[in-house]
Amino acid sequence: MGINLSRYALFGLALALTAGVAANAVADEKKNWGAYQVEDRRSGYTYAAPETRAMQDDNFQNPGMLWAEIGEELWNKADGEAGKSCASCHKGPESMKGVAVSYPKYVAEKKNLENLEQRINRCRTDNMKAKEWKYESKELLGMTVFVRHQSLGMPMNVKVDGEAAPFFKKGEEFYNQRRGQLDMACKHCHEDFPGAQLRANVLSEGQGNGFPVYRLKWNGVGSLHRRFRGCNKQVRSSAYGYGSDEYLALELYVMWRGRGLPVETPAVRN
Amino acid sequence: MSKKYTTPFVAAVVGGAVLSLAAVCAQPVSAGTVEVAAMTEMKDPLTKQPGDAAKGKGVFANRKLGNCLACHKLEAMKEQSFHGEVGPPLDGVASRYSVAELRLRVVDPKALNPDTIMPSFYKSEGLHRVLKKFAGKPILDAQQVEDLLAYLATLKE
Repeated sequence: MGINLSRYALFGLALALTAGVAANAVADEKKNWGAYQVEDRRSGYTYAAPETRAMQDDNFQNPGMLWAEIGEELWNKADGEAGKSCASCHKGPESMKGVAVSYPKYVAEKKNLENLEQRINRCRTDNMKAKEWKYESKELLGMTVFVRHQSLGMPMNVKVDGEAAPFFKKGEEFYNQRRGQLDMACKHCHEDFPGAQLRANVLSEGQGNGFPVYRLKWNGVGSLHRRFRGCNKQVRSSAYGYGSDEYLALELYVMWRGRGLPVETPAVRN
Repeated sequence: MSKKYTTPFVAAVVGGAVLSLAAVCAQPVSAGTVEVAAMTEMKDPLTKQPGDAAKGKGVFANRKLGNCLACHKLEAMKEQSFHGEVGPPLDGVASRYSVAELRLRVVDPKALNPDTIMPSFYKSEGLHRVLKKFAGKPILDAQQVEDLLAYLATLKE
């Protein structure tokens, strides 16, 4: 019994030390992040370099706003056999205010989750009788950025109970599953070491509130699923497809992790 | 304990080892000294050919091989930019651990701490969804592990 106790005591010490390392890593910036921090959750904005934050803060400098402009043009443009534009039904884009915060969400007729990209495409096929836009096309990114941007600053609030619960659980499992030759789970970087330097980058909490983001490394805007794919490949794991069930579940879990953080689309990140 | 541990960090790692042992064996571990000692190190080299420290330095720095600097800082290699801070700094690591202890930490650190972020550099099975071009292969081959260890062994305080 005495041995058992000391065993747990040692394990506890190991945990405490691990936590200590993570805490040290973020201790350098103990500042008031305002809306960018909710309880212990911090937007990627707070881990970004000051010049990157400045780029995001100024709409005229934020290169992601070019995508919002693409979306704005498409909003008023009729497309498809029904001859409708988004504006035909939704009127002004301000009607989209608050819409983005609850995506992805469970949709009964699909018996599945649907993210905002897919919701936009469903509107196109069902109501406009237009073709779907491809994932990562400038049209779908542009419209997603534009619609999310209408909720700028509003707190993220996805539903994870009821019909969404099994999907949430699946997303959580994905998040904690080691994968790839490097054998790492999402949580190992984004829960255990946010704030720590990983080579040239500072690890963040992997929050989704700014997506689609303008990423300096991409020299363009990309979706959250693109980022998932990049992360998966970095640990030398085979990625899932854009809009796959796996990534939808992960998207729900990630958005829940960032609950209360403000929509920042289009955020600017490293 | 067969060894005297002097720093809390080492003691903590031993704690992790005991836990993993308990988890793997799924039965009560008796006094444990022998098993614990066995889990803290890996005495036998992976190759007959002794490690080459000069080559090991290359394995350490190469981003497609050890890429150790992604997570660890090493003053002795400050000519390389961007050292990580996810793992402990490695200056003087050979004064803190024996080569046998380092070997286990490189080969399969999860034997010591099941929840560590550190990859197992010489493990090719039991992995989830490995990209095709890496499937069935460890991150480092046996000789690269031994070369790396020969280099780590030069990092004395």
